[in-house]
Amino acid sequence: MSAALVRAFNAAICLLLLFMPFWMGAIGGYTELATRIVVMGLAAMSLNFLLGFTGVLSFGHAAYFGLGAYGAAMAIKYLGAGTIPAIGLGTVVATVAAMIIGALIVRLRGVYFAMVTIAFGQVFYFIAFRWNALTGGDDGLTGWHRLPIDFGFARLDIFQNDKAFYYFALAIFAICVGAMAKLLDSPFGRSLIAIRENERRARFLGVPIEWHVWFSFVISCLFVSVAGALYALLNNFTDPRALRFDLSGNFVIMAVLGGMRSFWGPLIGAAIFVALQDYVSSHTQNWMSVIGLVFVLVVRFFPRGVLGMLRSGAKA
Amino acid sequence: MARRMSQVVLFNVFNGLIVGAFYALMALGLSLILNLSGVINFAHGGFLALGAYLAYTLIPYIGFWGALILAPPLTAALGLVIEWLLIRPLYGKDPLYSLLLTFGLAYIFEDVTRLIWGAQSVPFQVPAWLMTSLSSQYFFLTGYRVFMMIIVAAAVGGLFAVLKYTRLGMRIRAGTRDLDTVSTLGVNVRVLRSLNFGIGIYMAGLAGVLAAGLLGLSPTIGANLIMPSFVAIIVGGLGSLLGTLLGGLMIGVASGLAAVYFPSATEAVIYVMMGLVLLVRPRGLLGEEGRVH
Amino acid sequence: MANSNWRARISRRTLVKSGAALAAAQFASPFVMSARAADPVRIGLDNPLTGAYAANGKNELVGCQMALDEINAKGGILGRPAGLVVEDSSTGDAGTAVQKARKLIDSDKVDFLLGNVNSALSLAMAQVSNEKGILQIVPGGHTDAITGASCHWNVFRVCNTTQMEAAAVCAALIKQYGKKFYYITPDYAFGHTLESGMVKAAGALGGERVGGDLAPLGAVDFSSYLINAQAANPDVLIFLVQGDDMLNAMKQAVQFGLQNKVHLAGSQQEMEPLEGLPPEARIGTWVLEWYWNQPGVPHVAEFVEATKKRTGRVPTARTWFGYVSVWTCALAAAKANSLKAVDMAKALQDFHLPPEIALGPNPAFYRAGQNQLLASLFVGNAQASGSAPDDLFHVTEVVNGAQVASSLEESGCKMTWPT
Repeated sequence: MSAALVRAFNAAICLLLLFMPFWMGAIGGYTELATRIVVMGLAAMSLNFLLGFTGVLSFGHAAYFGLGAYGAAMAIKYLGAGTIPAIGLGTVVATVAAMIIGALIVRLRGVYFAMVTIAFGQVFYFIAFRWNALTGGDDGLTGWHRLPIDFGFARLDIFQNDKAFYYFALAIFAICVGAMAKLLDSPFGRSLIAIRENERRARFLGVPIEWHVWFSFVISCLFVSVAGALYALLNNFTDPRALRFDLSGNFVIMAVLGGMRSFWGPLIGAAIFVALQDYVSSHTQNWMSVIGLVFVLVVRFFPRGVLGMLRSGAKA
Repeated sequence: MARRMSQVVLFNVFNGLIVGAFYALMALGLSLILNLSGVINFAHGGFLALGAYLAYTLIPYIGFWGALILAPPLTAALGLVIEWLLIRPLYGKDPLYSLLLTFGLAYIFEDVTRLIWGAQSVPFQVPAWLMTSLSSQYFFLTGYRVFMMIIVAAAVGGLFAVLKYTRLGMRIRAGTRDLDTVSTLGVNVRVLRSLNFGIGIYMAGLAGVLAAGLLGLSPTIGANLIMPSFVAIIVGGLGSLLGTLLGGLMIGVASGLAAVYFPSATEAVIYVMMGLVLLVRPRGLLGEEGRVH
Repeated sequence: MANSNWRARISRRTLVKSGAALAAAQFASPFVMSARAADPVRIGLDNPLTGAYAANGKNELVGCQMALDEINAKGGILGRPAGLVVEDSSTGDAGTAVQKARKLIDSDKVDFLLGNVNSALSLAMAQVSNEKGILQIVPGGHTDAITGASCHWNVFRVCNTTQMEAAAVCAALIKQYGKKFYYITPDYAFGHTLESGMVKAAGALGGERVGGDLAPLGAVDFSSYLINAQAANPDVLIFLVQGDDMLNAMKQAVQFGLQNKVHLAGSQQEMEPLEGLPPEARIGTWVLEWYWNQPGVPHVAEFVEATKKRTGRVPTARTWFGYVSVWTCALAAAKANSLKAVDMAKALQDFHLPPEIALGPNPAFYRAGQNQLLASLFVGNAQASGSAPDDLFHVTEVVNGAQVASSLEESGCKMTWPT
C-alpha cells in the first residue's frame, strides 16, 4: 500500500472513531456498544503487538486484562481513587505481573508457550475467584462506580454521560495506540518484525531474542491492562470472567479476523466481533454456535483477515 | 485420632489415584494429538461430552455395557470426520490456527449438545451392582470406581501396547520425533495423523462415558475437565506420554492430599504444582529437550 | 429438548403480531426498531439461556411467556399490549449481564427489567436499574443481599431468601434426624452465605456444626469431602452445593452408601437438577420453593395443565417465578395506574398476589420496606417415583414464609426512596 493510501486509511479510521456515538445509533447500535468496541479494539491491538508483529502466540492475555480491571476497580472501591490514578494502578499491577511471568516463560515457544499462557491465565482467574474478601470472589467487585473527573478548570461527567465516557476512552485509546505505533516504527519495532519473520536469522544477526520477546510481551500486557481498566470503568463492575481464557480466545480471533499483519486490523476485527456477538445473542439462543462458526470460518477461509484480504485484493 | 487421620489420608490418596487415573485418560488423548500433530485440541472436552451423551442415548437400546463399547468409537468416527474436514488443512501452519479452530469447535459442541439433549442435566444409569461399595470399612471403594480404574488401566495399557508393538504405533512414535523422515520413508503421513487423532478422540469419548457415571451429565460436563488435562501435560512434560500419565496421577493424588490438609485448596494445588514444575524444570518431569523451542 | 416455542413467541427483539413484513424489515435493518401501531409496554428479561443455569433461565422464560399471554388476553397493561424483550445474560458473566441490561434500558427502552438466576448478576444488574430508575423484579436470584444489605427501592424479589430456606428446613431436620450437622459448601460468596445462614438457623434450634468442607465450584470429585464427612459422624449431612455440583455429590454419596449411615439433606433444591439424578440417588430432605403437585389448592391444576400444553413438562419453581414476575409488573401498573417506577414501587408495598397467581396455600405478598415476596416453602423428601412420572418430591410440610423470614432489621435492608 502506498504511503498516501495509508494516510488516507488512517484518516478514515480516525474520523469513524471520532463520530462513532453518532452514526452508531443510526444503525441500531448504542453508545455503550461503541465504547465496548474501542475497549476491545485496544485489547486486540495490544495483543497483536505480540502476536502479529513479534510472531509470538499468547492465549492468556485476558489475565492481564483482568488484572488491569481489578486493579482499577479495587483502587476506586477501597482507596477512593480518581479515575486516572485507578487506571494507573491497574496498569502497574498487571505490568509487574507480566514482567515476572514473562521472565519465566520467555524461553518457550509455539504451542508450549501458548499452553503455559493459558495455564497462567487460569491461575489469576482462580485467585480472583477464591480471594473472596478482596476481590468479591465469584460475585465480582460491585458497589462502586466511575466518578466524574475534575480537571480543575472543567468537570467531565463520565459517570452519567455515556458519550463523555466514550470520548474519554477514545482519548486513552489514542494515546496507547499512538505509543504502539511509535514503538513499531522504531528500530526496536523493526527487530520484532525480524524475529517474527525468521527467529534463527535474527539471532544470527545478533538480535537479543529473549530480551526483545520479553519486552514485547510486557508492552503488550501493559496496553491490554489499560483496556481492562477501561472495561471495569465501563461496567462499573468487574468479575473473574474478565480473566478467563475464553476472553483470551476472543482477543486472538479479533486480531486474526481483522488481519494480524496490519496495524488497524485488530480494531476492525474487534468491531465486527463485538457487534456480531451483540446482535446474534439478542436474536437467538444458539449464538454460541454462531460465534464458534465464526472462529472456524475465519481460520479456514479468511486466515489473513479482512484487511489482509483487502490488501491482497488491491495488489491483484 | 492419629489412626483416624492416617486412615483418612490413606483413603484420600487412594481415591486421588483413581481420580488421577481418570484425568490421565483424558490428558493422554490430548497429549497424543499434541505430540504428533502439534494441535492443541480445545474441543477435547466437547468430544468427552459427546461420548457421554451418545452413551446416554444408546443405553436404553443396548444397555450400559453396549454403550461403553460403542460410544467411544462413534465419537472417534466423528473426530475423524472433523479432522479430515477442518483440521487437516491446518497442519504445517502456525499452531495459532488449529488452536482457534478447536476453540470455536468447543463453542459449537457445547451449543449443539444443548440443542439436541437440552440444557437440563439428564440422569445417567449405571448398572446397580456397580453402584455399591465393596466393603463397609473401605466404603469409598465403590464398584464403579474400581471398574473405572480397570477400564482406564486397560485403555492406557492398550495404548502403550499399540504404540510399542504395532506398526501404527511405531510410526506414531517415530513421527512424534521426526515427521519429515517418516514421510520420506514412504509412510502416508496424512493417514497417520488421522488415525492418531482418532485414537485420541476415542480416549476422550471413553473418558466421557466413565465421567457420566460419576458426575452429573449436562452440556458443560467437559468444560471443567480440560484444564486439569492441560496441567497434567505441562507437569508431566511435553512430548512424553508416560509423563502425561504420571502428571495426571500426580495431580489426582495432590488434590487428594490437599483435601485432607487444605480442603479449600484442592483446585489450587494443581496450579501450584504447575508453577513449581515450570520454575524448576521447565520441560516437565519427563519432557524432552528441544521441545520448548 | 429444544424449546421451539421460544422463537415463535418472542418474535425477535421487537414486539409485533404481524410476522412477515416485520421479518423482512428485521433482516434488512437489524438494529432499527420498526414503528408499530399501538406502542407496547416492553418488559426486558436479562436471564441465562446458555451455560450451567440455562435450564433454570429457560423455565423462568416459559413462565414469563405464559403470564404475558394471559395479560394480553385480558387487555394488556394499562390498555396497551405487553411484550417481552429477551436477552441472554450468560450464566456467569456479569459483564454480559450488565451490558444486556444497559442495552435493554437504553436501546430497547424497556419499562421493566427482569433477572437474574445468578445472584451475583442480579446484584450487578440492580446497580444499573437503580442508576436508571427502572423497576426490576428478580425472579430467581437467591442471595440475601438483594433484599437485604444491598436492597434498593426499585428492586423486588420473588424467590425466597437463603435465610428463609435454611430456617424452614432446619426445623424439620432437627425434629426428625438429630442435631449434629456436617456441611459440604460450595466455595464462593453465595455458598458461604448459605452455610452461615444454615448454621445460624440450626443453632437457634439447638443444632451443632460438627464439621464442614468447602468444595470448589464445579468440583469433579466429592469423595474426599464425603470421606471426611463420614469420619465426623454427623446425624445429617447437608449438601449446600447446587445444580450440577449437587448432582455429582449426591451420585457419589449414594455410590458410597452414605445414606445408610447418615441422613442426607440440603437447603434449596429444584426440579431441574432432581430430574438429572438417577432414581436411586433421588433421596434426601430438601426445601422446594414451589411444587406442582398441590392437591386441594385452587388454580394450581390449571397452571400445571397450561404449562404441560406448552412444554410437555410440569412447571417448576422457576416457571412460577417467571409467571409471578411478569404478573407483578402488570398488577403494579394497574394499581398505581402509571408506568412510573416510583409509583409502581410504592403500589407494591405490602401488595398481596391474587390466589390464581400466588398458587399456594399461604398468602403471598411483598413485604413493605424490603420488597421481598413472602409466600410458601415446601419441605419434603426427594423420591425415586411418586404418583405421577414427574412427582419427584414428597412434600411433608408447607411452611409459611412470613413466619420463618427474619425481621426487617435483621435483614439489613435500609431503603432510601428518591425525593
